[in-house]
Amino acid sequence: MISPRYHRDIPQRYRLEGGKCTKCSYIAFPPRLVCPKCKSKSFEPYHLSREGKILTFTIIKVGPDKFSKETPYVVAIIELNDGARLTTQVADCDVERVALGAKVKLVFRKIQDEGKSGLHCYGYKAILL
Amino acid sequence: MRDVAVVGVGITKFGELWKDSFRDIFVEASLKAIENSGVDHIDSMYIGTMSSGLFVGQEHVGAVMADYLGVAPIPATRVESACASGGAAFRSAFFEVASGHSDIVLAGGVEKMTDGADVTEALATAADQEYEVYHGITFPGLYAMIARSYMHDYKTTREQLAAVAVKNHKNGSMNPNAQFRSPITLEQVMKSTMVANPLRLLDCSPVSDGGAAVILASLDVAKKLKRPFIKIKASSQSSDTIALHSRESLTSLKCVSVAAEKVFKQAKLKPKDISFAEVHDCFTIAEVVVTEDLGFFEKGKGGEAAEKGMTAIDGKIPINTSGGLKSKGHPVGATGIAQIIECYEQLTGQSGERQVKKAKYGLAQNMGGSGASCIIHILEAV
Repeated sequence: MISPRYHRDIPQRYRLEGGKCTKCSYIAFPPRLVCPKCKSKSFEPYHLSREGKILTFTIIKVGPDKFSKETPYVVAIIELNDGARLTTQVADCDVERVALGAKVKLVFRKIQDEGKSGLHCYGYKAILL
Repeated sequence: MRDVAVVGVGITKFGELWKDSFRDIFVEASLKAIENSGVDHIDSMYIGTMSSGLFVGQEHVGAVMADYLGVAPIPATRVESACASGGAAFRSAFFEVASGHSDIVLAGGVEKMTDGADVTEALATAADQEYEVYHGITFPGLYAMIARSYMHDYKTTREQLAAVAVKNHKNGSMNPNAQFRSPITLEQVMKSTMVANPLRLLDCSPVSDGGAAVILASLDVAKKLKRPFIKIKASSQSSDTIALHSRESLTSLKCVSVAAEKVFKQAKLKPKDISFAEVHDCFTIAEVVVTEDLGFFEKGKGGEAAEKGMTAIDGKIPINTSGGLKSKGHPVGATGIAQIIECYEQLTGQSGERQVKKAKYGLAQNMGGSGASCIIHILEAV
């Protein structure tokens, strides 16, 4: 992760800021310039719901070098209560309790490091409710 | 648009080719294809490679390969669509010949994955870098999430997924260019190391080096060469959201069903008319889902079909007679071209003990990422 690129994504990663299409109410996360549903270019700022449920998940046993010290870790696709979806880790969990449909909430966590001497990179992870 | 033929093919051994460089692998496959076709020149070429920049630090691949194949100054272009790069190169070459702009075009694919790069990280660039990969997902992980949803919705068993790997290794054992020529058992798959739950090592295609090339030509040229050739019956391509989590379905690949509908319409054929298919089995679950989305099986029945032998060489619709990505190997950029080569060999009766009887139409389905792009070709015996 390179610093300017990381900086650009802070509103989404730290504050779950997306966009809502003013024509069809599609929630874009991250924000987009064009609505994929109705092709409108008009969005209003929108904050995602912080709670939702697990749609599917995996337990990563073999990770990329950057995450290799953290294996095994759970990654899931979460559907938030407002219908928006995202991919994130499920943290602090007993792996046995992770299940399809399990209720979760998003919390602020460190995600990775920018190389050995760069920034700590933060964002959202899910925890089981 | 005029008819286009595949008039010659060349492929390297797939596997860990420690002695061979990125460029040498491509040149070896291309020289074989040129010799096999009997053409005395090529007008241009397209090279599919997914991530030469990350794997070997080399971009500007068109120029490198034209130089080392000794064909400069002809036009040479690198084409990229992640794991579907080979298919995209083939489609580009097809259009160039079909349009009448060129008579003889080489389409190749190559990847050198064992030169020391972090392969998991390089492959992950085919997913959404900022909103999937940032959180630690891997490619086996993405397909594992598809598998978990799919197995839940359709009650497909772990054994049924494993049956795909067993079948593909059996086919690959008969393919002299395959990376793994060893048959495997259901038990070996079920007990292999967990990579991304529920997918195990033997559910995954391997890390491979390899190159493949084919020569496309107009029908006039093909007839004059007096060597075996096949016709390209139809070509289609589609795209979908880059992130798996944005898709309408987690158990079906819309990019495949959309491209399939287009390709069958163009060919004026139905799935039942296809004699055999090479599909993108980067993971066992991918073959199951793809064979359904291509229309060979009802939704939810793909696993059962594999388990019952319906996709074996002597089955209802033979799938991945080459051994597929799973056993033949998956040098990413080369895969789409290698699929065309299997179709060529089957349709010209050169597949030896893997030969499908009375093969008339072959289908090649090449896919990028977790299903964000798909390229399908239907090839016809002449």
